[in-house]
Amino acid sequence: MPIKILVTAKRVEDYESKIKVNAQGNGIVLEGLKYKINPFDEIGVEEALRLVAKHGGGEVVVASVGTKDVHEQLRHALAMGATRAIWVNHAGPLDQMTVAGCLQKLIEKEKPDLAILGKQAIDDDQNQVGQYLAEWLGWSQATFASKEESLESEAEKSKTPALQLSADAKTLTVIREVDGGLETLECSMPCVVTTDLRLNQPRYASLPGIMKAKSKPIEEHTPATLGVDATPKITVTKMEHPPARKAGIKVPDVATLMDKLKNEAKVI
Amino acid sequence: MSSGFGTFNEEHEAFRQTVRAWVQREIVPHVGAWEEAEAFPRELYDKAAQQGFFGLKYPEALGGTGAGVFFEAVLHEELSKCGSGGVAAGLGAQATIATGPLHLFGNDELKQRFLVPAIRGEKIGAFAVTEPGGGSDVAGLKTTARKDGDHYVLNGSKTYITNGVVADYVIVAVKTDPARGHKGLSMVIVEKGTPGFGVSKKLKKLGWRASDTAELFFDDCRVPVKNLLGVEHDGFGQVMGNFVWERITLALGAVGAAEAILEGARSFVTERHAFGQRVSQFQVVKHQLAEMATDLEAARQLTYHALRLHAAGEWALGATAMAKKVATEMCCRLADRALQLHGGAGYMMEYDIQRHWRDARLGPIGGGTSEIMNEIIAKQLGL
Repeated sequence: MPIKILVTAKRVEDYESKIKVNAQGNGIVLEGLKYKINPFDEIGVEEALRLVAKHGGGEVVVASVGTKDVHEQLRHALAMGATRAIWVNHAGPLDQMTVAGCLQKLIEKEKPDLAILGKQAIDDDQNQVGQYLAEWLGWSQATFASKEESLESEAEKSKTPALQLSADAKTLTVIREVDGGLETLECSMPCVVTTDLRLNQPRYASLPGIMKAKSKPIEEHTPATLGVDATPKITVTKMEHPPARKAGIKVPDVATLMDKLKNEAKVI
Repeated sequence: MSSGFGTFNEEHEAFRQTVRAWVQREIVPHVGAWEEAEAFPRELYDKAAQQGFFGLKYPEALGGTGAGVFFEAVLHEELSKCGSGGVAAGLGAQATIATGPLHLFGNDELKQRFLVPAIRGEKIGAFAVTEPGGGSDVAGLKTTARKDGDHYVLNGSKTYITNGVVADYVIVAVKTDPARGHKGLSMVIVEKGTPGFGVSKKLKKLGWRASDTAELFFDDCRVPVKNLLGVEHDGFGQVMGNFVWERITLALGAVGAAEAILEGARSFVTERHAFGQRVSQFQVVKHQLAEMATDLEAARQLTYHALRLHAAGEWALGATAMAKKVATEMCCRLADRALQLHGGAGYMMEYDIQRHWRDARLGPIGGGTSEIMNEIIAKQLGL
């Protein structure tokens, strides 16, 4: 039975970029930064593609909110194999409620069976959009979908996938990561799933995929046309680097070390 | 900075992200081990082939993608950032010198027998011109191929052959008419296992250690005449024609490696402290990095110029010679300055810069020395 899945592609700073706090202390220096699709979203795109392939076809629709720059991330998801893209055109600060609001409206229009989002974006690590979205839609949710290992091996392929859709597409079984182990949930569809790092290893955007992505449609909306108030309800007022680590000390012998751990650091 | 402005479009840049991710996942974690082993696993050719890396400029009918030289340019730039010139060279040779002549000069049968499986990564190829006695003097090669019925009988040896040990076939430049100098040169394909053909030794090198570099011998080695590539006695032009793209890719590789070197140096001086501040805060260090970045950009733009000329179908021999010389020498300079900026750490085997410094030194030698490039440039000046 064909299924339709909505996924996201947030534009985030490349984790290899050197991040510096700006002079005002309320954001980061944007000069010289490189950008990528949020790695957790990329895992979501991969999982959606696998689910659709397994269930005899369907559609993967990718959405992103931001300036025209987000086309780069949408095209990346399209090159991986997503069917089409939706761009919510918005410049300026965004908070998690605006993003979740836009996604809610898109989902009400698109009526997918499932939404798969990164558990959080690696820029501000909020980990909220999926949860807001499920709440506002009244859908079931499973956060931190995961597997025991991320390596693409034959052993891995033979394992139970973390996301399994029932034959009638009424329920979704999700393995999720919890402290110290894994938990298995059965969610009634429609459902919101957020992905953890170990869910899968995303495919490379292949060259034919990149060429095909060029001609796939990107539909444009704005928060206003969707009826979403984009005024931020949360503002970042201060941002600072973690304190620099102080230099360590060398101790002459184990006895001194034990003494310092006991009497100075008081950790043993 | 948009260094690729006017050269690379959005699709090229998207493909760059793919190659970069592939290099990070498939090569970078293993560089240390492969350099130590002086080899990398054959499986890497399969993986590269699965991504279509060996068929970027070859038609779909032969299993390529027909994407074009700009995509392959991206590949060479990004491969060379992996930190091991040897791995980049081994994979790079498969996309260029081991397959290019087959595509340009091979008949349908030779393409089916060698090019198609090479694009799939099933057959590894090598290209053998240089000889132990002769260096870059292509017209003066000594390896002979005497015709005997429907076979050539090869005698001689070749050296500094990238992928020579693992190669399933070698495209060999031979004298089919030794009396006629460069007009008696041909290219024939010799398959692994042909009696009289073998590897005399795997060579030990200063750099490019993960790549396999061989000395090959031909001792009354009988090769069927149907393995002749292109036209008999026309090999000189064929060898020269192949050199243009090879040299552009070597220039691109130098540019890519230099980018990794500059980033390594930038990152090192930003993290290192001396005299109570970050090393990068000293004006002398800032200016050094600014000069290195400028040096790199100048070489890059000359390289892109040669690339665009070649892509447009121009005979870019002179521009390519200039780009190859400038880019590979720039890479040596940058590696040396970066090593100095690392101080004592630069001399230690545990830092990447020593490998870059050793690898870079091959640039002004391989694929035609800087002196040969000067000869070409001088000829263009009518001298």
